[in-house]
Formats: sequence, structure tokens, C-alpha cells
Amino acid sequence: MSGTLPQGAISREEKLSFDNLSAHLVHPIETLLLEEGSILAVLLDVKDLIVRFYTQEGTVYAVNGVSFELDEGETLGIVGESGSGKSVSSLALMGLIPSPPGKVESGTVIFEGRDLLTLKPDQMRLIRGKEIAMIFQDPMTSLNPVLTIGTQITESLKLHEGMNTSQSRKRAADLLDMVGIPDAYRRLDDYPHQFSGGMRQRVMIAMGLSCNPKLLIADEPTTALDVTIQAQIIELVKQLKDEFNMAMIWITHDLGVVAGIADRIQVMYGGRIMESGSSHEVFGDSRHPYTEGLLGSLPRLDSSGEEKLTQIEGSPPDMRNEPAGCPFAPRCDVRERLNLERCWDERPPLETVPNAGGDETHVMSCWADIREGVA
Amino acid sequence: MSSQAVAVETRKSLDQNDVILEVTDLKKHFPISAGIVFQRQVGAVRAVDGVSFQVFRGETLGLVGESGCGKSTTGRTILQLYRPTEGSVRFEGQELSTMTGNDLRQMRRRMQIIFQDPFASLNPRMTVGSIVSEPLQIHKIYSNKKERQQYVEALMEKVGLNPYFINRYPHEFSGGQRQRIGIARALALEPSFIVADEPISALDVSIQAQVVNLMEELQDELNLTYLFIAHDLSMVRHICNRVAVMYLGKIVELGPVDEVYDNPQHPYTQALLSAVPVPDPAVEENRQRIIIAGDLPSPANPPTGCNFNTRCPVRFDLCFEEPDPPLIEVRPDHYVSCHRVT
Repeated sequence: MSGTLPQGAISREEKLSFDNLSAHLVHPIETLLLEEGSILAVLLDVKDLIVRFYTQEGTVYAVNGVSFELDEGETLGIVGESGSGKSVSSLALMGLIPSPPGKVESGTVIFEGRDLLTLKPDQMRLIRGKEIAMIFQDPMTSLNPVLTIGTQITESLKLHEGMNTSQSRKRAADLLDMVGIPDAYRRLDDYPHQFSGGMRQRVMIAMGLSCNPKLLIADEPTTALDVTIQAQIIELVKQLKDEFNMAMIWITHDLGVVAGIADRIQVMYGGRIMESGSSHEVFGDSRHPYTEGLLGSLPRLDSSGEEKLTQIEGSPPDMRNEPAGCPFAPRCDVRERLNLERCWDERPPLETVPNAGGDETHVMSCWADIREGVA
Repeated sequence: MSSQAVAVETRKSLDQNDVILEVTDLKKHFPISAGIVFQRQVGAVRAVDGVSFQVFRGETLGLVGESGCGKSTTGRTILQLYRPTEGSVRFEGQELSTMTGNDLRQMRRRMQIIFQDPFASLNPRMTVGSIVSEPLQIHKIYSNKKERQQYVEALMEKVGLNPYFINRYPHEFSGGQRQRIGIARALALEPSFIVADEPISALDVSIQAQVVNLMEELQDELNLTYLFIAHDLSMVRHICNRVAVMYLGKIVELGPVDEVYDNPQHPYTQALLSAVPVPDPAVEENRQRIIIAGDLPSPANPPTGCNFNTRCPVRFDLCFEEPDPPLIEVRPDHYVSCHRVT
């Protein structure tokens, strides 16, 4: 599987500077063009993903039929509140759902022609960390506190790239240097608690990028950080994403963060996709009552807050009940205004937004069109 | 200038003579001890290091800053939940920092706090009814049990909870509902001043607006004064009249929100505001970010000179030589502490 990839084996004498590091790591764009014919080939194709957890308190319907595509080099922002299924769906495509109690009930996840859900654990292990990497929300709990940073970064380099200790340490130091950790070589022997929160997240990013993945999944990577540190991390990831030419899925509850970073936005609620489109379409021309409500409930930094925030009534759904119809129906003001009965018992399909100015990529799952006020 | 004045005026007009709280040179240092048998103090975490401001009756003053800047400690020291190391806190004309015992307990009827984490701040073994009525029992209001229950039910209704749930336990409620319980408890003694310590940051986005709208309604209805501690700068602009920006235990900028947000003077405020993402890709594409390097220095070992000199993009020699720049009024009601500005 690594036949077309530039192998990371580097001679001991070769001094790795920042530039030739990238030369080693990045797929040359030309090969991509030759191989795929187009640089925007579909990298990941998720279809009808259903994930459930069978717990003592009952079945949790975490993800209820999620389908999306991701192009090479594209950044997809998945937005949702807690319990919307955004994290679970990305864990599912990494094969990281704990089983039991979790179970991927159905669906396909095609990554470069292979269905990840049918792979054996040791085949999946070759992909995880190498082809698809993940960075998590809380860098303190996702780093092992009793191992040095160096040990943790070099682990995947040794495993996937077959490097020896000194090669992998050299590469790890270069990676740390690249994510902006000063005095990188010496800091390899430090433990996670010796780093600040922002620095730890940089270590996580270095670790995620160590094997030059084609897809990076970032699960709320800046939620635990302060805004100034968040801005540092976002800038860093944006710059590295271009340098490494990778696709990215950025999972967050913060609509502001994805507005600046994502090409496409996917809004999730109750384990389903409510609306999806380019970030301009979703933010500028939102069509789903939930997206609309979410944007209305956010105060804006750039406008003085005279008017009252519009609030979405009620609370997020209890995922232990499988919603027969639209999961947002109990809180939806459009359903109430138009008195739509079918919202309760029929699931709206994800369809191209009617009368939208944009192209067919702007889809939503709703029986009503809030702009037209019709069902 | 005129547009600024209009913007300030459209918010609730404040009586600047009616000062409900005056904090002067407040300091709170937490000792660092060493030694196994003989404990000795080897240093101090200067969590709050000389903070002065006033709060006017009926306003919402925002206190913002990164984690570790001392904003929560300031709020708690004002309420005397921590006793100040130095400085004075005058609340409704009375000095709190020297007050003890029953006098202080009586003052607590008029100043309350709403905590950040609605999961940790409610006793899981108490029902909603007993949580909300506990302050009433302590202060011996309503000796009649039935009257007390009626009052608690009315309070629950006021904060948007169904009084039917009076005998339920906190775990049966969602995060937003729990925060409503916390608000009901804070309101039970009819306080005039409430410290809201990050009341919405643990809540989901769609629930935050509910709680903020509730807090605004209650403020209008009960003429409450809030000290709103937060790190969400967009929400602070929405809810507050004035804002104080803290950095490493000190206030670096203070002024009316629209004035500070539209015309930030301190380099830290500028960087902080530019770091906040705006949920609009059209705006984001054209935004200039000021990225400040590095992390917050340890408050146990603050830099000499201006506190911000380790990260400041516009520092010059004066910032290292001179001690802290004083908080100086650069425009009406707009105070800045920076050598560059003054």
C-alpha cells in the first residue's frame, strides 16, 4: 500500500532542514495529477452510516444515516451540539467505536477504494495514524502522561515508516520545530505535563502529521484552549494543511471557528445531517430552521448587541429514543408555524435546496422551505 | 465621537453617581509553600494584583481575559469567598474586606454568585426545592414551610422551570435547566448584585441564548447588577454595558463595550478581539489577525515591567524599564494601561 508513496527512510547523514522535510513528506502534486486525473478526486465517501450504542439504559441512536463525500485537499467542517453524533461518526470511520457497547449497524466508508468498515483490525491499523490521523479535543487526556513526548511521536514513525530510533527522533524534532515548539530536540525528552495546553495541542498536531496522512480528523482541537491560543493553532493548521496537501475534517460546536477554516460545512443534529453546503451557502444562505436558529442565537463580535438573541426553545433530544421523523421537530418553530404533521413521522431526505442561488452541493433535510414559507 | 455617544446612549442609561460596588487596589496572592515539616512560604501566585474599578447600579460589567488571568478570583474576592490580601471592596457603601461573621452573612443576602459548571455546583443529593430554599432557611426567611414552598415554586417559574419538578434531583435535569436552578438559588434572597462566573460556557450553543435572555429579563425586572465573568467576547459585547479586560492579575483596559470593541487601545485587547472568530466566512476571509506568540506567563513569576511585555507586538524599552503603566483615561470613560498609549 505504500508503493506509490515516497518512503520516509532517510539516511542518517542527511541533515533534515525544514524544506527537505516537506519534500520527503508531501506527495508531489504532479503524481496526484497523473494518478487521479484530477486533483479534486473523492478521497472519502461515507454512505448511510448508522451507529448505535447498546447500554443498560437502552439503545442510544447516536448516528442515524449519515452520508457525505470529502474531496482530496478539502476541509469539511462538521458542526453540531453535544449529542449530535458529530464525534461518533468520525470515530466510526476511524474504526474507533468501542464495541461493545457500540456497534456500526450499517453503512460504507470508502477511503481510496477500500471500505474501511470491512477491514480486519490489523489492516485498519496500517491506515490509522498513517493514512488517516486524528487530533482530539483535550491534549492532556489524549497524551500518555508517563511517556515522553519523543516516545509518543516516534512510535508511529517506527511502526509505519520503519525508522530506527535516531532517524525517528530526528524526524520528531523536525516535526516539533515545524509546529512551533522552540528548542525541539531537547524537548523530546519532556513529559506532557511540562507543556502548556497550547503546546500540547501542537504536539498532538505534530504527532498527527508525522506520517504525512491524506486525511486529518480534528475533533474540537481548540475547544479547551483560550482564544489567542486558538488563533495560533488555527493559523498553524491552515498553513500545514496546504503544505502537506491533506484533506481535513474539523469537528466543532463553534460556528465561528469553521467559518474561517472550512470549505464546506455540514450541520448535524440528532445523529443526522440537517444542512450541508459551501461555507458561504450555509452561513450566508442558510435554509434549515436549525441552522437559522443556531446562527440567530449567536451574538456577533462585530455588531453591537442591541437586539435580543433569538433562542431555540427546548433542549437537545434524548438520543435513547429513535426519532421517527425529523429529530429537530420538537423544537422547530417553522414546523409549528406551518403546522406540519409529517415532520413528526417521516424523515425528510437530504435533498438539494430548492430555489437556492448556489449549485447542487447545497443540500438540506427539511420538509419546509423557510424562505418560501411552504411545505 | 458622536456615533460612539449614540451607541452608548441606546443602551440602558446608567446613573454614574450610583456606585453599587467600588473595588480599590484589590490584591489576592495565594502562598506557595515548601518544606515537609516546617512549612515556609517560598513565593506567591499573584492571581489578582492591584485591580480597581467601579460598578454602577443596574449595569452589567463584563470581566474578560484568558484562563489564569485572575478574573474568577476577582469575582470571588469581591464576594469575600476569598479574603483579599490587600485593598478594599466597598459594596453599597460598606467595606467588606474587614467585615466578618454575622455582618458579612447579612451582606451576602444582597450579593450572590452563579457558578460556571451547573454539574458541579449543585449538590446531587439535594432536591431542587431544598437547593433553592437553603438560603432562605439559613437567613430564617419564611418560618412557615408552606409559604416557603410557594415562594420557591414562584422562583422556579420565574426562571423558566416547571414547579412540578420541585422534588427532583439535579441529575434529572439538562445542563440549561441546571443553570436555571443555579440562577433561582442566587435570586432566592433577592440580591441586588450578582457575580456570574462564566454562567454559559458549559452549555450548548442553542441553550446559551436561552440562559442569556433569561438573565437579561431578570435584570430588567429586578433591577439587578451583574459582574459577568466570561471568555466569550461576542457574548460579552451582547450582554454587557461596560467591559474590563484582565491580563495576569491586572486590568489593562476598561470602558463602554462598543467603545472598547470598536476602538481597542491596548495591544492585548486588540489581539484578543482579533482572535475571536466571527461566524461569517465573508468577514473571516478579509480579517486581519494579530497573532500574539507564546503563552500567559506564570502569575507566580510575573515579568518585570509591564506584565504584557513578553508577548506584546509593539513593546519598546520603556515597557521593560518602567513598572506597570497606570490605568489612564484616554477617552471619556475609556481607560487603558499601556506605555504606548499614554
